[in-house]
Order: sequence, then structure tokens, then C-alpha cells
Amino acid sequence: MKFQFDSLADFMHMDGHGVFVWTAYALVYGILMYLTISPLIQKKNFLKQQKKWQQLQKDSNLP
Amino acid sequence: MTEPASLFRATFKRDLTLAFRHKGDMVNPLVFFLIAITMVPLALGPEKAVLVRIAPGIIWVMALLATLLSLDSLFRSDFDDGSLEQLLIAPYSLPLVVMAKIAVHWLATGLPLTLLAPLLGVMLSLPTSAFSALCYSLLLGTAAMSLIGAVGAALTVGLRKGGVLISLIVMPLYIPILIFGASAVQAAALGEPCNMQLAVLGAGLAIALVLAPLAAAGALRVSVNG
Amino acid sequence: MNWQWFHRLGSPRWFYEKTDSWLPWLMVSAWGLLLVGGIWGLGFAPEDARQHNSFRILYIHAPVAYISMSCYYIMAISGAVGLIWKMKLPFMVMKACAPIGLGLTIVVLLTGSIWGKPTWGTWWEWDARLTSYLILSFLYLGAIALQQAFQNRDTADKASAILALVGTVNIPIIYKSVDWWYTLHQPATLKIVGKSTIDPSMLYPLFVMIIGFYVFFTLVLILHTRTEILRRESRTQWVKDLVVDNSKSKGEGARS
Repeated sequence: MKFQFDSLADFMHMDGHGVFVWTAYALVYGILMYLTISPLIQKKNFLKQQKKWQQLQKDSNLP
Repeated sequence: MTEPASLFRATFKRDLTLAFRHKGDMVNPLVFFLIAITMVPLALGPEKAVLVRIAPGIIWVMALLATLLSLDSLFRSDFDDGSLEQLLIAPYSLPLVVMAKIAVHWLATGLPLTLLAPLLGVMLSLPTSAFSALCYSLLLGTAAMSLIGAVGAALTVGLRKGGVLISLIVMPLYIPILIFGASAVQAAALGEPCNMQLAVLGAGLAIALVLAPLAAAGALRVSVNG
Repeated sequence: MNWQWFHRLGSPRWFYEKTDSWLPWLMVSAWGLLLVGGIWGLGFAPEDARQHNSFRILYIHAPVAYISMSCYYIMAISGAVGLIWKMKLPFMVMKACAPIGLGLTIVVLLTGSIWGKPTWGTWWEWDARLTSYLILSFLYLGAIALQQAFQNRDTADKASAILALVGTVNIPIIYKSVDWWYTLHQPATLKIVGKSTIDPSMLYPLFVMIIGFYVFFTLVLILHTRTEILRRESRTQWVKDLVVDNSKSKGEGARS
């Protein structure tokens, strides 16, 4: 199994197909990262919001 | 338990009477059909060669859209006045009642569309060889579309703004019907046999006849009780 | 037979706590496989005779296509389980599947389109596969729209489950119809995967990517389901405790 390209520049260019291949891979990995990270961010926001809500409840219970 | 035939007949008669009381609801999809088809030559030019090529597909697409428009009224009025809820708690077979409603809906919308279609075929220069295929395919197709559309109508009957949502969820399900219906007319227009496409439409209708009332009944129970 | 394990599966809290330990492994293996497979496909697989280097898009197109289809079936099966056994967790899984499936289907369409440009010369081609996946994206959009439309969550869950099941019956029909439609109108162009002679060295990275994507899907589905669990169970004590624990650890520990 050998590396198919002569140089890094060649790897990027891919005989003219590079634009397509790299755009496609970038889009896909971008969407995959979004799918992974968005639930984590949503969870963080949820916890933050719930903390605020709990704080409000505690404060309103003060005599 | 009421005998199925009399249950069907009673529901059918009731809904048919109601439908004829609101003739406007019946005419609107037809007028839409007519106006929308008129838009096509206005947009693309009156050249016969172009119209002949696209007529089968355009008529079918417009028939599909007209059917979509009419779906909301299937259960809406019964839901609004509470009779739908009564039907749910009554000891009657809900799928059978739903089937009767769908039958009336088709008679009031799908069948008139099918009967109007030849006129529109003339307007779009559809070749004469295609007219019978047009009518048969629409006959089978609109019936299947009423059945499948009923499931969408049942799912959204509880929502206030169900209109566009029905179209969104039902249209993908209509695509096979559209493909085979338009293809049947296209084949006939070219002088080729279209038995295969009509047979597939018939098979689709058969499946829908069996499954759609069950799914719609289940959906009604979910929608109304929620 | 002791069905306790099955009913325990229905507990959102059990699921949340169990998957806590799975996440690091899933994260590492999913992204590990995807990166290894990606680099293998990009740099080490031999180029195709006809499509040259463009065929490398296969490695991110084909596996995602399988998964976006599987995702729909998982959505439908979870919905069915929720309807039949009246459990909460399956409905949460079902709800999580919709946006994931939509995202994956969009990936299929984008990569298919980008692949099409050097291969056929156009950005879009109404071939059987792309058209089927376009319709699949509509099914997902409809599912998401239906979910959003209801105020009552139980109604939303049950209605979405019914829609997913109706869609499941239709998917093979839609696929076959579109396939047939395409052969009817097929212009004389290349099909998107010229699989006449595919060298084994081209297949190995594909296998890695397929496995990688399935693990990834599991990871993402679990992540989204967990968030949904927290949202829905926010009134329960264990979630409230979780919030307190979380804020305590954030307050006391140093920010990393």
C-alpha cells in the first residue's frame, strides 16, 4: 500500500479533481462534526438554563 | 355491533349529503385544476410541440396538487363540531367509517377531477390515443391518493394550521403514484401499451385500500385524544 | 421469562447513566475509524481508471447512503416499539433520528452532486439514487415538521411514529418506482458508481469507512437521545440532582 501522490501539492491538486474531492470531504466532515458537537452544546445550554431556573426557585423560596 | 354494510352505507349517505350541501368545497379543487393548467401554456408559450411533450406530466401533477388541496376538509368539519370524537368512542369499527368517508371524498373530488381531465387534455394538445389512459390512470390514482391522503389528514386534523403540513408529509408518499400515472399517459401518447403502469397503479390502490383506513383510524385516535 | 431487562431498557435514566461510560470509547473509535478510513481513501487507495481521483468521494458517499437509510428504519422501529409497549425511551430515540437522518441525507445529496460535476459535467442529475435520496430527505423533513407541530408531546410522539411506519411501507415502493422511472428515461450517461472492476485495495478503506460510519451513527444517536432525555425529564429529581452536581463541579473545579 503506497501513498498515491508524489508530493503534498500533488495530493491537494489530484490532477484537477482536488477541488471536488477536498470540498466534498470538508463538507462531510464538517457536517459530521456539527452532528457530534451540537448535542453537546445543547446539553451545556440546558444545564446552564436549568441552573439559573433552580437558582430562581431557591431565591423565590426565601422568606 | 352494527352490521358492517349498514354502517358503511349510513356513514356514506351522511357524508355524501354533507358534501352536496357544501358544493363550493367540491368545486374549488376543480377550478384550481383548471386555472393551474392554464398557467402552463401562459408560462411556456402556446407552441403545440412543447405542450404535447409535457401534457401527460402536467395534468398528473396538477391533479395531484388539487387532491392535496382538498385533503384538509376530509375530517376537519367533523372534528370542529365534535362528531369525530363521538365516532371514536362509539362501538363501531373506525376503519370502516373512515373508509366510507374516504369513498365520499373521492366521489366528491377525485372522480370530478378524472372527468374534467379530458377537457384539459384537449387544452394541452394531448394526443387522442392518450385520453383513455388518462382517465383510467387518474381513476385509479386519485382513489389511491384519497386513501393515502386520509392518513395525512388524520394525523393533522387536531392542528389548527394543518394545511401545508399535510402536503409536506403526504407528497413523498404520492410519488410512486405520480410516476406510474404520468408514465401510463406518456406511453399511451406515444402509442405504446400502458398496461403495466395501470396494473401497478391498480396494485397500489389495492394495498392502499387495505392499509390506509387502518392507519388513518389509528392516526385519528392519536390526533383527537391528544 | 424475566422481561425485566427489556423494561429497564425503557427507563430514560438507566439509558443516560449506562451510556455515560460508553461515550469516550464511542467517540474515540468512531472518529478514529473515520479519520483512518478517510486518509486511507484519500491518499492510499489507487485511483480509478475512468473517474481518476474523483472516485475517492465514494468513501464518504456510499457508507453515508446506507446509514441515512438505516436511520429511517431505526426511527420507524423505535416508534413502533414506543407505540406497542408504551415506553418513553424509544420515542426519544425516534425523535433524535430525524435531524440526524436529515443531516446524513443532505451529505449524500451534496457528495453525489459534487461527484457528479467531474463525472458527468453537471451539478445535478436526476438519476435513481440521487432522486431517491432527495425523496428520503423530504420524508425526514415531514417527520421533523410533524414533530414540531404538536403542543402535546405524547400526541407528537404517537403521530410521528405512525408517520414513520407509513413511510417505511413506502420506502421500498418509492425506491423501486424511481428506479423504474429512471430506466425509462435514462439518458446515455455513466452511472455514478462504475463498479465493473473494483480492485480489492479500493474496497478495504470502504469497509473501514462503513464500520466507522455505523459507529459514528451510534455515537451521534446516543448523544442526541441523551440531550432529549435531559430535556424531557427536567422535572425529575435525578435530572435536578445532575444539574446541581454539574454546577458544583463547574464552580469548584478549575476551568479546563
